[in-house]
Amino acid sequence: MRIVVPVKAVPDLVEEIDLTADETGIDREYLTFVLGEWDAQALEEALLLKDASGAEVVAVGLAGDPEIDQILYTALAKGADAAVKLADASGAVSPGPAGIRIADRAALVAGYLEAQPADLVISGVQAADDLDGQLPPTLAALLDLPHVSVAVSVEAEDGSVIVRQEFAGGRSHELQVQMPAVIGVQSARQPPRYAPITRIKQAMQAGGLTELAVSSPAMRRGVVVRRMHRPETSGQAEMLEGSPGEVADQIVGLLRARGLMKG
Amino acid sequence: MVLAEHTGMQVSEGTYELIGKAHELASALGGLTEVALLGPAELAGQLGGADVVVSVDHPALAEYLPEAYERALLEVLAQRSPRLLLISNGTVGLDLAAALSVRWDAPLAAYVSALEIDDGVVTATAQILGGKVLAELELPGERAIATVLGGALSVETGRGALGAQVVPITPPAGLDALRMSLRQVVEADGGDLDISSAEMLVSVGRGIESQENMEIVAELADALGVPLSASRPVVDAGWLPKTRQVGQSGLKVKPRVYLALGISGAPEHLEGMRNAELIVACNTDPGAPIFGVAHYGTTVDLFDLVPELVGKVRG
Repeated sequence: MRIVVPVKAVPDLVEEIDLTADETGIDREYLTFVLGEWDAQALEEALLLKDASGAEVVAVGLAGDPEIDQILYTALAKGADAAVKLADASGAVSPGPAGIRIADRAALVAGYLEAQPADLVISGVQAADDLDGQLPPTLAALLDLPHVSVAVSVEAEDGSVIVRQEFAGGRSHELQVQMPAVIGVQSARQPPRYAPITRIKQAMQAGGLTELAVSSPAMRRGVVVRRMHRPETSGQAEMLEGSPGEVADQIVGLLRARGLMKG
Repeated sequence: MVLAEHTGMQVSEGTYELIGKAHELASALGGLTEVALLGPAELAGQLGGADVVVSVDHPALAEYLPEAYERALLEVLAQRSPRLLLISNGTVGLDLAAALSVRWDAPLAAYVSALEIDDGVVTATAQILGGKVLAELELPGERAIATVLGGALSVETGRGALGAQVVPITPPAGLDALRMSLRQVVEADGGDLDISSAEMLVSVGRGIESQENMEIVAELADALGVPLSASRPVVDAGWLPKTRQVGQSGLKVKPRVYLALGISGAPEHLEGMRNAELIVACNTDPGAPIFGVAHYGTTVDLFDLVPELVGKVRG
């Protein structure tokens, strides 16, 4: 079984996100980029499938993505069999206001999959910088493949795949899906495995990233970003000032006033 | 047009929110509010608030199934040609909307918190990057799709009982040639306790940083005699079970006090707790979206605050 895992880096949400001076997009220059958390879950689920049934796992990214080499080498260090960087042959794809549009990213990955089909395409259900949708359903529609998103487990069984799809409140559906299929993973069956730095360094030394040119088809019309800005958070929370002890006193006071303190 | 969601023969709250919003937008356009009801036709009785209920009934639609819904909805879209399709930004929205954007050739705005018609143009506000950035968008063309974040709109206008015209549509042949099937519905695991019935919650987010640090907040919860809950990243990391997850894909809670420690306040989390009576948030980032819903906040580091709180609570 051949499993392709498209991955990308997104701005690290722990940091403040700067906007461009004209407020039409995020300012990418000083941002820290990390592997998208859902893509990390997707890679883990793919590796679990490999552990269970010996599948081949190929991590795929776009050549222009920030930190893509690091991300792909880490995937190899975690156990992926191969890593591929897709370069846009037409040169027409460039980051939009929030990053490369899903429509464009999906077109490139679909081009690769048409040339090198997979049994399963497993990617994160969403990404923090998604604006015009999510990758898995977009890819599936371009390739006319069955797809399931918000998956919390993916297992192979007699030539098909059993996917657990999760809904609000923890209810879930167990689906049987014919392959080839595209799965959008919400969380893997276990937390993403760790790749020791030494192994990542070994992967870098061994080389092993393949670069492929793919042509991107005509861009579909999509949403237009008029403006980006930060939400107004001021004027809501009353900020408690002082040392940790003083703030703790104030919070305890709030609880006591509501009769929620024991004794 | 609103895509109705239902489970256990009950139309979802989110559907009513969207119907209400659709009415508002329809007035601006001089059009009608239609609801696409895929599944048991008798659910139309719960959709009196719409102008038209477009009904597709077929065994494959009894419960939500991605490919069945997608094929049935495309048939509805082809026959009714709505100006705007609204879907909740939950599992169904994350499953279908982007695929429909390709197949129906319509621009899609996801993570939408506000939606207007501005001189015939559909405009939307999308919350991205964990709610830290708002994007003001325009959806060009004669049709568009928006997946709308729940919990921000009122359900009352959507409920209505005036009664809708029901238009049945013949199920497309594709529903008999699906490439997937539903094997089992798995109800939520009752688990250890129900956080949605707790009077107060000590809730922890990414800011706790590691599983080892969890015992710091566990001690506070213990001292207060209340349950520990968490945002999605903590549960996905395996540091707390799914039954403790607050948010759109977890549980909605409305305690008297919600203490948010190291939670940034991504839209999916806020949806699960914004109606708590008293929200106190602790986050070192003064720009964290959680401060937009919290009543009180502090940028003191939780690792300094929590031991102080434990000391004072234990007395």
